[in-house]
Amino acid sequence: MSELAVQMSGISKSFSGTRVLHAVDFELRPGEVHALVGGNGAGKSTLMKILQGVYTADEGRIAVNGQPVEIRSPHDAGALGIGMIFQEFSLIPTLTVAQNIFLTREPRSGGLIDDRASEQRTRELFEEMDERVDPRAMVGDLSTGYWQLTEIAKALAQEARILIMDEPTSTLTATETQSLFALMQKLKARGISIIYISHRMEEIFQTTDRVTVLRDGRWISTEPTSQLTMERVIDDIVGKTMEGAFAWQERQVERTGTPLLEVRGLSAGGRVRDVSFSLYPGEILGIAGLMGSGRTELARAIFGIDRIDAGEVLIRGERAPIRVPDDAIAAGVALIPEDRRSQGLVLDHTVKDNLLLPMLPRLQQFGLVDDARGARIAKGFVESLQIKTRSVETPVRLLSGGNQQKVVIGKWLATEPDILIMDEPTAGVDIGAKTEILGVIRRLADAGKGIIVISSEPAELLAVSDRIVILHDGSVQRELDRREIVTEEELHHAVQSA
Amino acid sequence: MQSRALERSRNLRIDWRQYLVYVGFIALFLFFAITLRDSGFTTTNNLLNIARQTAIIATMAVAMTFVIAAGQIDLSVGAIAGLASVTTALTIARFGPVAGVAAGLLTGLLVGAVNGLLVTRLLMPSFLVTLGMMGVARGSAMWITDTAPVPILNERYNAIFGSGSIGPVPSLLIWIIVVTAIGAVVLRKTTYGRQVLATGGNERAARFTGVDTRRIGFLVLTVSGVVAALAGMLYAGRLQSGRFQWGEGDELSVIAAVVLGGTSLFGGSGSVVGSVLGALLIGVVNNGLILMGLESSQQIIIRGGIIIVAVALASRK
Repeated sequence: MSELAVQMSGISKSFSGTRVLHAVDFELRPGEVHALVGGNGAGKSTLMKILQGVYTADEGRIAVNGQPVEIRSPHDAGALGIGMIFQEFSLIPTLTVAQNIFLTREPRSGGLIDDRASEQRTRELFEEMDERVDPRAMVGDLSTGYWQLTEIAKALAQEARILIMDEPTSTLTATETQSLFALMQKLKARGISIIYISHRMEEIFQTTDRVTVLRDGRWISTEPTSQLTMERVIDDIVGKTMEGAFAWQERQVERTGTPLLEVRGLSAGGRVRDVSFSLYPGEILGIAGLMGSGRTELARAIFGIDRIDAGEVLIRGERAPIRVPDDAIAAGVALIPEDRRSQGLVLDHTVKDNLLLPMLPRLQQFGLVDDARGARIAKGFVESLQIKTRSVETPVRLLSGGNQQKVVIGKWLATEPDILIMDEPTAGVDIGAKTEILGVIRRLADAGKGIIVISSEPAELLAVSDRIVILHDGSVQRELDRREIVTEEELHHAVQSA
Repeated sequence: MQSRALERSRNLRIDWRQYLVYVGFIALFLFFAITLRDSGFTTTNNLLNIARQTAIIATMAVAMTFVIAAGQIDLSVGAIAGLASVTTALTIARFGPVAGVAAGLLTGLLVGAVNGLLVTRLLMPSFLVTLGMMGVARGSAMWITDTAPVPILNERYNAIFGSGSIGPVPSLLIWIIVVTAIGAVVLRKTTYGRQVLATGGNERAARFTGVDTRRIGFLVLTVSGVVAALAGMLYAGRLQSGRFQWGEGDELSVIAAVVLGGTSLFGGSGSVVGSVLGALLIGVVNNGLILMGLESSQQIIIRGGIIIVAVALASRK
């Protein structure tokens, strides 16, 4: 065929001294759907951000349609016909579909914006896509499926010939996913090339022509999808990371008597359906599942953030009516949320203030906070969790990601919970900090607490869990004893084929 | 199924909150028209009086609509009005009315541009920048006049800026009609207006789409300064003098008018005509309460209560 739509060669990139991309090659043919896969931290998003002009590469060359180019800004990328389908970031909820699609490029008549013309053009765009969307609907009122269609129409309106889709199906329903795939085939027939980033093997095998695997910032393989098996792709993604830090330390858990936490037939908000499981004192229960499988929503429902539609939660054998997070906290449950920076910490406050926040009422004496005692308690946590900080008076924002996470854990330990739910406890922290956090989790379980670890990294789940529950589409697909799983590939498989 | 979801979303869009100001305005107007029938509420003279008293707030509310829709706030408008009234009066006394008008507008341009630069270049919150600027502008006006009023003797200037009228129509009314028309068209029908709404609706998304959100932030604050200066010049013309106290406390009335008019304090949506009606609504309330014979202390309490109730209704999700 003619020249390549995109050719990236020898791309390297470092952030504050840490190399995240090592001379990566990537190519995209015209009219091709090309999957880009890899575990967390493999470098997929960094590579794509370089193609979009959000970052610039330290080394390497990029050619678009055979022409060497320099992409310094998203604007440059747009001019080269590269469009990014963001999950939700690039739409303005308070504007209409048509206004969003033509934002900054509004058609005019007599110097003024001609909304009727942009609505007409929008209607035509959707007709070409065989979709029905009202150009005058307010984006904020539409479901995420429509957001995505609007995003795609917006890229096409800018004459994009290369689309980057990052986990496009994670927020879609099954029907919406299928219509997205149909749309991708139509776009492909028009010669549009698509880079498809996803963790879902099933989708990759259904929709893509070729697969490129990255691992630890290096290019591993590029093969036609038809010549690949799921085993082969998983092997490439996983590599050999199971040694050392992530080795499983076998633990003995007595699963007798009353479970600490029992969930029976729990349904919430359409994303969690009829989930049942139990958690015993001293046990670490892993929850695996793809993005959008209802992992986070399950935790939110148990913790009283989302309303429970059906089913019940029993704590120490007794029904616990949890309606708001306060009920859960009173019952001895703590949730360590996924996004610690926005949900778990007050970044400008000190380590001490963050640690003591949940226990302030208990530190009060005659209406005043007992500062000296607070400082002693905070120091105790810093020592027991090995939080690396210059002092307890250091603002949390100055700590590394791993140590911030330990502050969040310490903060919740201060409420003396029996049950800890941790959503992606090691997301975005380096390997050393990961090991330490996993160690903290083990120690807490040894002390008799029940712990639920939600994670998208099989290696991490295998390192700490005693049992693993696999969620798919909001329901429990399988429950595995850690002993039954020999290799990481097996868990990958179980999650993918759920 | 898809089309049903869409119809539902269309129905949701008929959002009564946006029309609250219209309904409230008509309801209050009828209320006073009936209860104050004998006190002369509906006489042409009284209605023109309301328009005159409201015009200056309404003018500033037009520019404030852009500021708030872009996700910013400008607390310095009242102080800029005071400062501009003073610089205009001083310049007219020495160099004549044309130079006076230029000086007034330049004052607003400078103060507004400094606000805009501090907010968009030093990334300071507009609330704090303009709070500080409020003091700087008001203090400057006191300083250069030694706190004394500066009379304006130029009849022509006074007639155009607020005291005069064309036939039965007061010049202030003409000003507000012109400013409202320009503001409404710019917000609804120009790229700039659309980008203001986009910036306030989701700043990050707007930036990713190629909107220069810093430029938008700078422009809304600069224009707000210029329009506040125009308001100060209208004060000067109406009261035939420049004085540092003109516009004192107006920022709160202006913001209340904008929010009453259906502009979201979180940015992203706004209506210029709504803001002007919001200002008129406040004007009608003031006027009606005076005609009812309430003491000024009682007026202030009722006015505050009405604003709280209206904003609570308008912002309920």
